[in-house]
Amino acid sequence: MTYLAKPRFHHPKLPTNALGYTRRDYEGAVSTLCAGCGHDSISAAIIQACFELDLPPHRIAKLSGIGCSSKTPTYFLGASHGFNSVHGRMPSVLTGANLANRELVYLGVSGDGDSASIGLGQFAHSIRRGVNMLYIVENNGVYGLTKGQFSATADRGSTSKRGVANHDQPIDLVTMAIMLGASFVARSFSGDKAQLVPLIKAAIRHQGAAFIDCISPCVAFNNHPGSTKSFDFVRAHNEAVNRLDVMVEREPIVADYAPGEVVDVMQHDGTVLRLRKLDAQYHPTDKRAAVAYLQERDAAGEVVTGLLYVDPEATDLHANLDTVATPLNALDDAALVPGQAALDKVNASLR
Amino acid sequence: MDGRGPEGGEGIPPTDIRDPSYFHKVVDCQWACPAHTPVPEYIRLIAAGRYSDAYMVNWKSNVFPGILGRTCDRPCEPACRRGRVEAEPVAICRLKRVAADYKDDIRHLLPEIPAAKNGKRVALVGAGPAALTVARDLMPLGYHCVLFDRDSRAGGMIRSQIPRFRLPEEVIDEEVGYITGMGVELRLGKSVDSLAGLLAEGFDAVFVGTGAPRGKELDLPGRREAAANIHIGIDWLSSVSFGHVDRIGKRVIVLGGGNTAMDCCRSARRLGGEDVKVIVRSGFEEMKASPWEKEDAMHEGIPILNFLVPKEFTHEGGRLTGVTFEKVAAKYDEKGRRSLVPTGEPDQHVPCDDVLVAVGQENAFPWIEAETGVEFDRWGLPRLDPATFQATNPKVFFGGDSAFGPKNIIWAVAHGHEAAISIDRFCRGEDVSQRPPPDFGLSSQKMGIHEWSYDNDISVDLRFRVPWAESEKTLRNIAVEVELGFDPKTAFAEAQRCLNCDVQTVFTTQLCIECDACADICPVDCITFTANGTEADLRGRLNAPAPNPTQALYVSEFLKTGRVMVKDEDVCLHCGLCAERCPTGAWDMQKFLLEMSHAGHACRSH
Repeated sequence: MTYLAKPRFHHPKLPTNALGYTRRDYEGAVSTLCAGCGHDSISAAIIQACFELDLPPHRIAKLSGIGCSSKTPTYFLGASHGFNSVHGRMPSVLTGANLANRELVYLGVSGDGDSASIGLGQFAHSIRRGVNMLYIVENNGVYGLTKGQFSATADRGSTSKRGVANHDQPIDLVTMAIMLGASFVARSFSGDKAQLVPLIKAAIRHQGAAFIDCISPCVAFNNHPGSTKSFDFVRAHNEAVNRLDVMVEREPIVADYAPGEVVDVMQHDGTVLRLRKLDAQYHPTDKRAAVAYLQERDAAGEVVTGLLYVDPEATDLHANLDTVATPLNALDDAALVPGQAALDKVNASLR
Repeated sequence: MDGRGPEGGEGIPPTDIRDPSYFHKVVDCQWACPAHTPVPEYIRLIAAGRYSDAYMVNWKSNVFPGILGRTCDRPCEPACRRGRVEAEPVAICRLKRVAADYKDDIRHLLPEIPAAKNGKRVALVGAGPAALTVARDLMPLGYHCVLFDRDSRAGGMIRSQIPRFRLPEEVIDEEVGYITGMGVELRLGKSVDSLAGLLAEGFDAVFVGTGAPRGKELDLPGRREAAANIHIGIDWLSSVSFGHVDRIGKRVIVLGGGNTAMDCCRSARRLGGEDVKVIVRSGFEEMKASPWEKEDAMHEGIPILNFLVPKEFTHEGGRLTGVTFEKVAAKYDEKGRRSLVPTGEPDQHVPCDDVLVAVGQENAFPWIEAETGVEFDRWGLPRLDPATFQATNPKVFFGGDSAFGPKNIIWAVAHGHEAAISIDRFCRGEDVSQRPPPDFGLSSQKMGIHEWSYDNDISVDLRFRVPWAESEKTLRNIAVEVELGFDPKTAFAEAQRCLNCDVQTVFTTQLCIECDACADICPVDCITFTANGTEADLRGRLNAPAPNPTQALYVSEFLKTGRVMVKDEDVCLHCGLCAERCPTGAWDMQKFLLEMSHAGHACRSH
């Protein structure tokens, strides 16, 4: 953490995107998190992804709950819409916002406390409803703001900074998300931006409920030898199933991989997800196999990362409810308040 | 990842930061300064209002802060990192003047001169910046120095060639006086006409700092006939300085494009010249004069005409009537060499009353006899050891313009320091070729979690202009100084533009946990964690391109993941955010203070 704002000067050769913005234009206020916090790396990855996708900052809404992770939206996308909600209630607010205006890009930013403890129900229902969003959990396995108690995602047997072992079962948000019907599920690591940035890009372009569980070491309380969410542990046990390149329409597709090594998955909006397989057996479109694989590797003590499941034919909440395509703020009064006759008609249909 | 580059080689070896030249190069201004003045150090002192301390940092390195703060060729400024980050460099030179303008009486801070002398006598020929520097360095060591000059007052070209409207006499008197006041024996007002005679006087060493005293001639038709109105630039400037000349014709042509030409034209403008022109052979861009000196001249209504080669001085009845020029254009051959080719247009005649010839200077040593053993090369320059400045007669040393041809004051000072080391070692019977290493220190500037002993909040101000006196006033009187200098408030703001490049980013590989915090916060993307490789390969794949090969890459040892940390020094703001964000203290901001060793105990072998 620092008291100083990041100097305005940037590298003279800093590239601009299709909108004429530099990456620096996607930054927010300077972070007040602890020095070295994994969450800051995730913020940097979100900035990079939004820059690379040429997203207009004012067409993005970032929503969060309470906790270290939920503070981070202040530190990126300073020109976007933001809503810092009640603890564990980000999914409801996001769902409401999305229903009112489907034209924005929704980023739900949460943590393991906010989503796996107080907000577990909210997490589950926003996923199963298929809200079109990127729901990202910055998962460090501890309650950092209250000085390092185990969170619900801490692995059984891992220890606190003081050496006390955790005896509770961890909640695996990735398996839950797949089981609950998320149509894009990934796990990544704050210390590996080469993997994380393409995953965020793909998840933003995904039309449906996209979930990323991002392991993010807590440098202050959970980066010690007894932790399974430390830089060293994750690096030593990281098993990436694939590497992802995201190709939006305007980029040429160059294939130089041997057959079988690469899988192209085209999403609804035309985005091509090019997966270079690192594990030949892994098929990210096969839900049952994905869950089985996760269970197996988890039992072996490995941390599986990469794009774990994607449903290219995903639909979202709006399609399921058949809602009006126009954002509510763009409808005129006559459409929004159709009057007594319309109400009578609805009532009559329910008799 | 095994940390090796794509070519499978080991890649760049870790940077050796114990080598003082590594961090010295990062301090671009100090590296570029011939005397290696610790620029950021004195700029911070100015910002802190400690003008006397800032002055003494300068005085130790460059001897003439008040003089150089007005007249230096400032090699530091084109080198300044700020010029690569935004539009213009820090006004380093004019900040130096600030230290001189606002200091208190500093006489008690000058070195003590021992009453008991060491018995060695050194002759200094020419009382210019080089010889004065030698005296400055040797007097505190107990030497008896004797200063010779043909002019009646010490200062050399500083006094004779630089016009008063750029450098007031009081400033010269003060700074030259600090040195002559050390008890130097002065033998002024009389030329030395024999080196053999001087050596016969029994001096233990002789230092020659006679400059480049002869202005080049322009031997064209009409030169002799119109001689009364054709003047050699440096001689004319000297006559103006000493009050022998106080008028010139209404229409003046200055031939030549160097800084002397700029001084000539601006002086002429003040002595009755109403229509003064500078006319140069080459293109405007290729002129030798510093850009700011050209600007100053043009600001005073003096046009600079280019691509005109003088052919003839025209005259009538023994009186100059003008100069005829041939029009030329620059042509470049396939090797990029330039030649000036006549355009074929008719010659241009420019009428005038006086011509000032400022087309270069030459060395002249008519007083050095062959029997002294001092040999000269075919360009008429003394044969010297390039590091010690010792001549082929081991008792004789050269420095300043007389050593390697015309340069400038700051180079003369740098030569003077080196020559003083040589003379001291020579007089003590020590090997002159053994040169003392510079003294340097590296110390952490951390005061607290977010506190540093320097101001790391980067100012976004653009370069401030030095205010000028009204031209109605300055053009009427040659003694009125044009530049007024910064007031303390502006000086502070300008000082805050300094990026503190001497506060170095020091990386300790063993402490790094590769959390990326530094790479994320760096405002100019100069930090990358990646596989090692060859330099060309690395420069192409860092977080931001690193195309400037004159700026080093700082490479760590291999990290836990097999990668290395690579930092491109090019546009680092030295804001210290990498160190503030580092959870383990792998980055630290450490002040690198390098001071050149001058003659004295530190330079001796025992």
